[in-house]
Amino acid sequence: MSSAPTAFGAASHVASEVDNVFIFILVITAFFFVATQGTLIYFVIRYRHRKGRPDVATSSVITNRILEGIWIGVPSIAVAAIFFYGYTVWEDIRTVPKGAEEINVTARQWLYQFQYPDGRKSINEVRVPVGQAVEFNLTSADVLHGFYLPAFRIKQDAVPGRYTYVWLRASDPGSYDIFCTQYCGVGHSQMRAKLIVMPPARYRQWYRQETAKAEKVLPLADKGKAVVQRLGCLACHSTDGTVKVGPTWKNLYESRVLLENGKTVIADDNYIRTKILNPAATTVKGFPKVMPTFKGIIKDDEITAVIAYIKTLK
Amino acid sequence: MINGLIMNETSEPNYLTETRGLSSWIFTLDHKRIGIMYLCIILFFFLVGGVFGLLVRLELLKPNNWLMSNQTYNEMFTLHGVIMIFLFVIPVIPSALGNFFIPLLIGARDVAFPRLNLFSVWLFGAGVLVVIASFSHPIDTGWTFYTPYSARTAAAVTILVGGIFLMGMSTILTALNFIVTIHRLRAPGMTWHRLPLFIWSMYATSIINVIATPVVGMTFMLLMAERLFGIGFFDPAKGGDPLLFQHFFWFYSHPAVYVMILPAMGIISEIIPVFSRKPIFGYRAIAYSSMAIAFSGFLVWGHHMFVAGMSNAADIFFSFFTFSVAVPTGIKVFNWIATMYKGSIHLDTPMIYALTFIFSFVIGGLTGPFLGALATDVPLHDTYFVVAHFHYTMMGGTVMGLFAGLHYWYPKMTGRMLNEKVAKLAWALIFVGFFVTFFNMFILGFRGMPRRWATYPPRFQTQHIISTVGSWILAAGIVIMFYNFIRCLKKGEKAPPNPWGAKTLEWQVPSPPPTGNFTEIPVITDWPYSYPKRDE
Repeated sequence: MSSAPTAFGAASHVASEVDNVFIFILVITAFFFVATQGTLIYFVIRYRHRKGRPDVATSSVITNRILEGIWIGVPSIAVAAIFFYGYTVWEDIRTVPKGAEEINVTARQWLYQFQYPDGRKSINEVRVPVGQAVEFNLTSADVLHGFYLPAFRIKQDAVPGRYTYVWLRASDPGSYDIFCTQYCGVGHSQMRAKLIVMPPARYRQWYRQETAKAEKVLPLADKGKAVVQRLGCLACHSTDGTVKVGPTWKNLYESRVLLENGKTVIADDNYIRTKILNPAATTVKGFPKVMPTFKGIIKDDEITAVIAYIKTLK
Repeated sequence: MINGLIMNETSEPNYLTETRGLSSWIFTLDHKRIGIMYLCIILFFFLVGGVFGLLVRLELLKPNNWLMSNQTYNEMFTLHGVIMIFLFVIPVIPSALGNFFIPLLIGARDVAFPRLNLFSVWLFGAGVLVVIASFSHPIDTGWTFYTPYSARTAAAVTILVGGIFLMGMSTILTALNFIVTIHRLRAPGMTWHRLPLFIWSMYATSIINVIATPVVGMTFMLLMAERLFGIGFFDPAKGGDPLLFQHFFWFYSHPAVYVMILPAMGIISEIIPVFSRKPIFGYRAIAYSSMAIAFSGFLVWGHHMFVAGMSNAADIFFSFFTFSVAVPTGIKVFNWIATMYKGSIHLDTPMIYALTFIFSFVIGGLTGPFLGALATDVPLHDTYFVVAHFHYTMMGGTVMGLFAGLHYWYPKMTGRMLNEKVAKLAWALIFVGFFVTFFNMFILGFRGMPRRWATYPPRFQTQHIISTVGSWILAAGIVIMFYNFIRCLKKGEKAPPNPWGAKTLEWQVPSPPPTGNFTEIPVITDWPYSYPKRDE
């Protein structure tokens, strides 16, 4: 597999958009740099005191409203434009397209562990197909880590006890760096992984082969189903829309949930995780405050599996 | 402009010669001596921090641990950061030059609370000793102390943050002292709009210090409680939140960058008119923009956390407010340049450093929008781009401003002139060394080199070699500059009261000033920038 340029070459459409923002800011700031420093250097040369001349300024101007208006107004417009352009492209970075494939990433001192939907795990190497949107769900097993793909211009910290995400859609096959940018101790600079981007057909073939080799491992959602049965969650929660002691899980994921205190929250990964570990924190309107905590009973990777299972209940 | 000022003969005792002996320094109530004590301690740690910086650069000459282990490297860059930030950049201009010059510039005999001032320097010294004690288990967290790592490491985090806590108390008391001094002890006739701009910037700085420093103090207390008693404020396993620490930390540490830069801007605002022989342009705009920066600096801390896992709404809010800081900063730069228009510009060393400040600080300022804009911050965050950016603002800005101030006020503080030729040689090396070391890092960061890495892929090596060589040129310049400082204490020409022809009050008293500053408190009838004009 050829090694793609990882330094300057943008490896996705979003990455090129980010580069465009960079160039836009570069042009604006270069203008201000040349304008101010050019004037500064010109003034130093032009108005330098020369021997034999009277040592007195030839102007005593201390204010000029028009000039000051311009140098408040023009930079204000420039920074407003930079903010807005940066914001719009960032919306693309943060908005995961529908139908994105999900890969769970657990960062730990000092490696990245990836888990595919079929339940397989790999260390420091993850494969994705060209042209397919892939979402990485990040969490950390210990301290903070920074999941950084320079060629894709994306980065997100992995935080213990919560989920964060990044997504990408690779344009070209190749091998790309994954670095750790959030200081995490002795092995920080050796915490490097590879993203291997494959042509779709070859990727599907590879994925089938790997799934077959690893058939003893349950797919993530199936593992979640087993966890749910073992822990007795279904005594209170249904999967088919029936209302029991607690709310049903059907269509729960990413839905709006009205809480007792009148607020609404989105039932995302972090919400479900908190409900499992600290159910007293929020109560859904119309339901009793009776759910026990599963802290110390359920493991981190089991929570991830349960979330994967709940996602399938549509 | 000043009535009732009597020039003292230089043979009369000054603040350095009036009393002698170590205890006359340790128990002094004179703001000038206290300023000098701060200056000596702080400049010593500037050199210590610099040595750690040089070691960091030396290790990065090659990609694979040729000099030290990862652990040692982590300790080196942490000590470099901690010492430079907490023992040098934050206190240097306020505590050292501020103490020495605020009373002189406003026509007072001392600060409002001289005993509190002495207590502050003792607290600072105690803090320094505690920080040194922590070197028994050198800290390896980075100067930002992010949890959960800082709560778990075996290094002496508790002792170190305890030392910084003491220095923080010293900072708060000094700031309080300055605020009261500026309000209450201005000479008769010195209205707010006749204050030298250095005073305005010190006033803004002091307000930030009083409001923000307690927050980092509390944060460090929480971190100590977490380490000592296992309370999980920031530990997700116990229901805590690691991001909470970052919010607390940056609520202080972002305003703190204005604590670092505003005093330097104040120095530049004094030097530019003196060496242009022309009144400062846009006095009120410069004064009020200091206050605007102090205020809006409290609304932008979240821009350190765009990729930390904050909510999207918070990211957008903080990006927007970040850009609001750019405008008042720009106003100052435009005003300084406009001040030079049709002036009579003298390129003495203080002015050269002031111009260097404008040149390199503007590069630091203009690379800010890349990091304030959401889309470009995502890839650039935590890379060498950030390292380059803050070295351009801190080293290119604050440190160049400090060097300008030291060269400008050296004759007043010591009674001796510096050797101009040596000073200019040192400047040339510092300027070249600084640009070779740090400009390169913008590109390194854009190419994806993460910060705080002890080892790196070989494709980054050429640029690391360039930066390391640059650090040697920079170090040579700084050594020569300090040589000049020390040598001229004895060998320098005797300084006249006002070698630069400046209008502010400190230049109207002998060099060095007598203990009580003024024989008679001057009455102020004009602002301190009334340079005459000639018609062409």
